[in-house]
Amino acid sequence: MCLAIPAQVVELRAGDNALVDLAGVRKEISLALVDGIAVGDYVIVHVGYALNKLDPEEAAKTLALFAEIGQFDAGQMVH
Amino acid sequence: MGATAMRDYSRPLDLKNGRVEMAHGAGGRAMAHLIEALFARRLDNEWLAQGDDGAVLPAPGAGRLVMATDSHVVSPLFFPGGDIGCLAVHGTINDVAVMGARPLWLSAAFILEEGFPLGDLARIVDSMALAAKEAGVPVVTGDTKVVERGKGDGVFITTTGVGILPAARELSGRRARPGDAILVSGTLGDHGMAIMAGRDSLGFESPILSDTAALHGLIDALHECGAELHVLRDPTRGGLATTLNEIARQSGVGMLLQEKAMPINPLVAAACEFLGLDPLYVANEGKLVAICAENDALALLAALRAHPLGVHAAIIGSVHEDPNHFVQMATTLGGKRIVDWLTGDQLPRIC
Amino acid sequence: MKYIDEFRDGELARGLSEAIRREARPDRRYHFMEFCGGHTHAISRYGVADLLPDNVEMIHGPGCPVCVLPIGRVDQAIRLALDNDVILCAYGDCLRVPASGGLSLLRAKASGGDIRMVYSSADAVELARQHPDRQVAFFAIGFETTTPPTAVAIKQALALGLKNFSVLCCHVLTPPAMMAILNAPERIAIEGFVGPAHVSTVIGSRPYEPFAQQYGKPVVIAGFEPLDVLQAIRMLVRQVNDGRAEVENEFTRAVDRDGNRKAQALVDEVFELREIFEWRGLGVLPNSALRLRPAFAEFDAELRFGSAYQPVDDHKSCECAAILRGLKRPTECKLFGNVCTPENPVGSCMVSSEGACAAHYTYGRYRDA
Repeated sequence: MCLAIPAQVVELRAGDNALVDLAGVRKEISLALVDGIAVGDYVIVHVGYALNKLDPEEAAKTLALFAEIGQFDAGQMVH
Repeated sequence: MGATAMRDYSRPLDLKNGRVEMAHGAGGRAMAHLIEALFARRLDNEWLAQGDDGAVLPAPGAGRLVMATDSHVVSPLFFPGGDIGCLAVHGTINDVAVMGARPLWLSAAFILEEGFPLGDLARIVDSMALAAKEAGVPVVTGDTKVVERGKGDGVFITTTGVGILPAARELSGRRARPGDAILVSGTLGDHGMAIMAGRDSLGFESPILSDTAALHGLIDALHECGAELHVLRDPTRGGLATTLNEIARQSGVGMLLQEKAMPINPLVAAACEFLGLDPLYVANEGKLVAICAENDALALLAALRAHPLGVHAAIIGSVHEDPNHFVQMATTLGGKRIVDWLTGDQLPRIC
Repeated sequence: MKYIDEFRDGELARGLSEAIRREARPDRRYHFMEFCGGHTHAISRYGVADLLPDNVEMIHGPGCPVCVLPIGRVDQAIRLALDNDVILCAYGDCLRVPASGGLSLLRAKASGGDIRMVYSSADAVELARQHPDRQVAFFAIGFETTTPPTAVAIKQALALGLKNFSVLCCHVLTPPAMMAILNAPERIAIEGFVGPAHVSTVIGSRPYEPFAQQYGKPVVIAGFEPLDVLQAIRMLVRQVNDGRAEVENEFTRAVDRDGNRKAQALVDEVFELREIFEWRGLGVLPNSALRLRPAFAEFDAELRFGSAYQPVDDHKSCECAAILRGLKRPTECKLFGNVCTPENPVGSCMVSSEGACAAHYTYGRYRDA
């Protein structure tokens, strides 16, 4: 379940809030559920709250894995 | 009511602090003053200047008459890129123009809520006046009523438009044929998301502007390019998806769209992501769907792109035989899905 | 859109699809349940089924909080608005759920109930602050992703000293629902689970380990985008082929084993387990849902307004119960597509766009034609 989107923190605001940006669209959300967020970090946003920080290194690794899988020689059957 | 009557009014309308009162709809002096100072003077044309109950217009020569009407209840009244005034003018001009007719005249009926600021009303009427002037389609007659505070949403506007349709032209939602190409004139979902940005709870900050525009000039260019046009429609509420489903059902055909080809402003895409909305179902107010014979698709695309209102035009799919009248789409991922009718209001999701 | 568009790339999808085709053994069938409604939506909306070989089948699970929300709970929300003159705040998803007496929250609004759609629980608190003369109740539905935001809202209301804010708490838990699927008396062929994306950012991957260990079913936690789902399916195929039953994490960019400790602590502070709770389709399950702790009882709408839950039976021919458990397909329900459509939903699977029936009807029914 749960529609959540990754957005970038562009401004920290009073009351444990932050302004996040998704491709130019900005919304103020709450950081009450996370710690140690800095401007520039990406967070997962659900119903107006950041749930977690997104790890850019892991994201890059995952994408690289996808690309690698796609380049698997089609002639090599696994079984 | 002419120049003599104007000298009876001792004070100009207080646009800074004044508000609509019940008297403004009562038919007496206050109403006459409102009409003259706020409407007639700003909309400024020979018919309104007469001050009669109706406008006397020349009977059209050859061709047939097209009439269309639209009520406007948009909220908020002022939104990024437009307001209820220009929206009311554009919307009805477009309804007439997509029938293939040249829009000639508009009427405008206002239902005002007691307490509505006169300054805002003046802004709205000025916007209508500008839109009408730029489109070359005057508002020749109108009406004003006032309802008690709480019984209206500020302003409701109903516009009716009349145009002339050349004898040989036949555009209808029933004329889409298997093999036809489907085109859109530009980016989808701009208006709906511009409106949504201003909503309290759902609101967000973005430079998204409503695309509200009069399309009759663009439509003239399409007629002139020589393409065999079968269907023209402007997708408003319910978005592109609703319009295509309507046409598919009317024409008894199916459609296959290419998600990759859909022109969508990245800001609109992002705003939709935030709220869990699908841009294909979000309202437009300045876009066209055009369905034409397959061989004319490229010529039509060129004509669209050559016009300022069609720079992002694209061929987005084709029509085929389908007894179920499904509108299908090949997704960016390579799979397929239906683009179904909208169910109720599109509501932002948490899941 | 960064971290979104890259995970929807058509070329990479093709590569993953080919990989699944290569690795799925031709001599067996694979049935995987995607638990989470968001995954159901992604699969339907992108046509992921078209990218899978015929012997790999996805079964839609009950991870859609609107689908498992009993009619009686929606009735409670409606009654608060109509009988207690409460400003009832709710997420958009539940506004159309058909409830008793031909009503839904939207219809109750048309009848004069003050029902407001909110994007966030914080908006409900703000409404309460702005209208000290009115009672404001928040209809709190959702799995573990949506619960921490409610906890924050309640603490905020406490800090502001609001006397007019309350919560109708219908938050439910994922592991008990997964357990209910696995414990079902009917044997269904499910070889593995695609685990929820955002629930897992909160609870971590640890809670799924018992399913792998005790029931021998692999679980792969998948991100929200279609490439994530495809990769998770591939990882499940591999586990099945290898005879393994482990918890694996595809969504490493946002999920780890522990989850969000801060959010978990907040939830634990504000909520406690309900001994039993009725789920639509899954029946009454123990320790599967939450209510406010005694320390926060003043914010409990059920206590403040004396609102009690009354169970309401589903339509006799409605197959939501079987569909939510993955036992039947939407097309096997007598009502699907004729009596029950998104315009006139009889059961919850048709109301929510994540429901198996709505997803199939809206995106996939051309396959039946």
